[in-house]
Order: sequence, then structure tokens, then C-alpha cells
Amino acid sequence: MSASFNTFLKLLVLALVLAFPFVGSAFYTELVAKGLILAIFAMSLDLLVGVTGLVSFGHAAYFGVAAYVLALLTPKYQAANLWLSLPVAVLVAGLVALLVGFFVLRTRGIYFIMVTLAFAQMAYYIFHDTDLGGGSDGIYVNFKPSAAIAGWTPFDLDQPKALYFFILVCALAVYGGLRRLKESSFGSILQGIRDNESRMLAMGYATYRYKLAAFAVAGALAGVAGYLYGALYGFVTPEYLSWHQSGNVLLMVILGGMGNFGGAVAGAFAFVAMQEFFAAWTKHWQLLMGAVIVGAVLFLPGGISALPARLKRKPRESADE
Amino acid sequence: MDFVSFLIQTLNAVQYGLLLFLVASGLTLIFGIMGVINLAHGSFYMIGAYLAFALVAQTGNLFTALLLGIPLAALLGALLEWALFRHLYKRNHLEQVLLTYGLILVFEELRSLALGDDVHGVAVPAIFSASIKLSDTLSYPVYRLVISAVCVLLAIGLYILIHRTRIGMMIRAGNHDRDMVEALGIDINRIYLVVFALGVTLAAFAGMIAAPVSSVFPGMGNQVLILSFVIVVIGGIGSVWGALVAALVIGFADTFGKVLVPDYAGLAVYLVMAAVLLWRPEGIFKS
Repeated sequence: MSASFNTFLKLLVLALVLAFPFVGSAFYTELVAKGLILAIFAMSLDLLVGVTGLVSFGHAAYFGVAAYVLALLTPKYQAANLWLSLPVAVLVAGLVALLVGFFVLRTRGIYFIMVTLAFAQMAYYIFHDTDLGGGSDGIYVNFKPSAAIAGWTPFDLDQPKALYFFILVCALAVYGGLRRLKESSFGSILQGIRDNESRMLAMGYATYRYKLAAFAVAGALAGVAGYLYGALYGFVTPEYLSWHQSGNVLLMVILGGMGNFGGAVAGAFAFVAMQEFFAAWTKHWQLLMGAVIVGAVLFLPGGISALPARLKRKPRESADE
Repeated sequence: MDFVSFLIQTLNAVQYGLLLFLVASGLTLIFGIMGVINLAHGSFYMIGAYLAFALVAQTGNLFTALLLGIPLAALLGALLEWALFRHLYKRNHLEQVLLTYGLILVFEELRSLALGDDVHGVAVPAIFSASIKLSDTLSYPVYRLVISAVCVLLAIGLYILIHRTRIGMMIRAGNHDRDMVEALGIDINRIYLVVFALGVTLAAFAGMIAAPVSSVFPGMGNQVLILSFVIVVIGGIGSVWGALVAALVIGFADTFGKVLVPDYAGLAVYLVMAAVLLWRPEGIFKS
């Protein structure tokens, strides 16, 4: 894919999401908003999986924790302040990730996958078994966060369009921020760890600290997504932290292609589209989803974003890897 | 807690731990020998339990159900290894996680299509339906003791298989150095097939014999899978002995957690794991 075509594609996508609320129905606007939120979630995981080479299977924990922070900060009969609750939710998600990272980053490979899953499951049980957030029934967020600053309200998130554009701005900020982070010296060190951690250690980098920082940043950004998801749907359940959620976001990252964040966005939208399409067709949509996943791993290494390059390179061959 | 209830909880903990061992031992062998992380391993437990339910409904007898179910499980394992897992050995962990995650969705939905989403029970076989009286009000079901005994026998059998037989020698060698085993003219693919089918059968068997004591419900495999992961992490990958010790530890942590701190019972197991990670990040019995 040439650079100019790539830029053209990005501008096209941007134009589409900017215009969408004015042409699409309320239902589809909400669906695209959901896609944007999941794109933030997937991009945050891509920082770990694609950039740093850490396969976390418990990323939903930070998503869910931030959603619960919003739910718990929202009083019963009034809205939480956006400018207070969003930073708090993101900070809490980041701190939880820092704490979990302290333990899980002591392990590698298969152990790391299992241990991240186990800690996410622990967080799941905290919300599922205790009364902290309404137990297994979940908890309502009765009011969307209010954007009021000292009596002045720049926008009203109760308006679906305003909420949509706020989510879009967050998604663009996360995309831009992560791209810059990847290009920074911190990002280069993370990529060095992914490619060869022993070499980075030999060069004198305390890789554990860099990985821990990446883990916390990824957790905080997953928190942005979780907060927005709770605000969009007005409801938070322990399922937000479930391992299905962790599996799905990993699926989005791999489906789209890792390491460049754009792939994660594509994967998130592909996932939402597939989910809607299959669910409209049959109540056993998970069967089709599962079959697609199995097929994708067997026949489509590299994800969707690698597809054009693969087709170009060997037009007559397929599925030989 | 008085002595009798303590005894009952201890027996429960041992029984639960041993049952988890059956699932975790297959998981740890598959990790250790093939280097494959298999998220779908818990599904085999679920499939076993539903097989027991369906076959008991047909034949009216758990023993006949076991007799039919065990070969079916072995066949399923061999088939999956041949069709799917064989292609995963050289892939990275990420792709293994993804494919086996997809398999979980497929298995759950197939189960839903075939048998529905209802919660079922399976009757305890008549000859084991008695209870042993421990005090005026408390008694202990014989069937749970039978489960423990069967699991202990299987653990011994597994030990003999791995340490005292020719195929066990090949399995251990494969665990140690795959290329050398192949260079010595041993068909490593056949060993993989056997190990995988064995692992699936053990997990499914655990589900079958557990069906009469725990209800048979959708998603029952997930809980067992995650506990098995914890066991493998604590015990050390590839170590069957480690899995046995860790499974008993988890059995106790979970059972006594539920009795002593019911609200936080889900956490006990993970706190044990966190402690082990601080102490020995590669498991207690890293092989």
C-alpha cells in the first residue's frame, strides 16, 4: 500500500465518521460510537501486544474498572462531572494496571497470558461477588456525565450527536497520542523489547520498568474506553471485565493487524459489524464468530491490514502458511 | 468450626482439588510437550459433563455412560489434534490463544444447539448413593469419596505411564528436547496425538464424574479452565507432580475460602497465585 493511498484511506474514514451522525439513523450512530469506543480499547491493547510484544489476556479488567468508577461516581439523581470523573476513572484504571503489572510482568510467554487472565478474573469476581457495584446484576449510570465548568456547559452529552463527537475526539486523541508514543524514544525501546529483550537488557535498559510503564498506560487508555462505554449505554455489569471481553479485544487487534493502531481500529469495526451481521441472522451467532476466528488464524496470518500486501505478493497462492 | 464440619470441608477440598488435577494435568502436559496454550481445555470438561448427562438420559446408568463417553472423548481429542492443533505447534502463542478462544465459542454454541441452555442434574449411581454418618446431623456422601479414590488411582496411573513405560519415556524426552527425539527416529507426531487425546479424555472424564455432584450448566468449563491455569502457573509448566500439589492447594483455598470468607471466596485462589508469583515466578516445581 503506497503512502499516498494510505493517507487517502485515512482521510476517507475520517470524512465518513465525521459525516455519519448527519446521514445515519440513531441506531447506527450509536453502533458507530460503539465501534469508536472499542477502537480505543483495541488500540490500547495494541500498545502491549503489537508494540511491546506482551500478550495480555486480561485487558478487560481496566476497561471494566473505569466503567465502574463512572457508575460509582454518578450520584443517583444527578450527573457526574465529566471533567472530574473521566480523569479519576482513567487514573484508577491506570493504577490498577500498575499494580497488576507489578506481578504479571515477572512472568513471560505462556505464563504471562495465563496470569493476566487470572488477575482479570480476580477483578471480575470482586465486582461479581461483592455489593461494591451492584453484584452480578450490575449497576445503572442514570445520567450521562455533565460537561459543565463553573456553570458554563460547552456541550451536552445527553445529545446523541454531542456524545458521538466527544467519543470521536477521544478516539482521535488516543490514536494520535499512541502514534506519537510509538515514534518517541520510549516507543522505540518498547519495540526493542518486543524484538529482543535480552539485547535491550544487555544495552542497559531496565526493561521491566519500561514494560510496567507501557502496561499502566495501556490500562489507563482501556479505562478511557470503559468510561465512554459506560456513559454510552448507561449500564455497567461485571461482564465488562469478563474474559470474553478480553478475548474479543485481543481478537480485534489480531483481526486488524498489530503494531500500527490503524489495524486495531479496523479490527474493532470489523468485529462490531460481524457481531451485528451474525446476530441479526441467528441467535447462535457466536458459533459463526468462533468459526471465523478459527478460520482467520488458520488461513489469514497478519490480519486484515496485511491482506492487500498478501494478495499482491502471491496472487495465486493462499493459505500455505 | 467444629471438627466434623472441618473434616467435611477437608474431604470436599481434597475431592475438588483432585478433580481439578485431572483437568490441569492434561493442560500442563500439552503446554509442556507441545508448547501449545489451549484455552479450549475447559470446554472438554463441559463436554464431558454434558456427555454424561445425555448418555445417562439415554442409558439410565452412569457406568454405561462412562463406558461410551470415554472413547468418544478420546476420539474427539485425536480428531481435534489431527485437524487443528497440529497446525498450531509452530505458531506463536497469540495465534494459539485466538484459535482456541474461537473453539470455545464454537463448542459452547454447538452444546447450546444440541442440548439447550438449561441447567441439568445427573443422578448419583445407586450403589454409591449412601452417606456416611459423621455426627447426629452431618453425614458425608459416599460418591464424593469414590470420586477422590478414582482420581487418586488415575494420578498413580499417570505417574506409572509417564515414569515407568516406554511411551512415557518418549513423552518425557519430547518434553525435554523435541528435535533430539525426532533425530532418534521416534515419530513425535504420534506422541503429540496420544498426549493430546489423553489430555482431552482426562478433562472430559473429570466432567463426567463431576456431573452428579455439581450441576451441569453452560459455561461450567470456563471456571475450571481458569482454575486450571492458576494450577499450572503455581505448579510449573509441564510438571504433573506440580499440578497435583497445586491442585490440592487450590482445592483447599477455594473450599475454605467459601466457608470462611464467603463474600471474597472468588479472590482466595488468586491471592495464593499472586503470592507464588512473588516467591517463584516460574512455579514451584518448574521442570
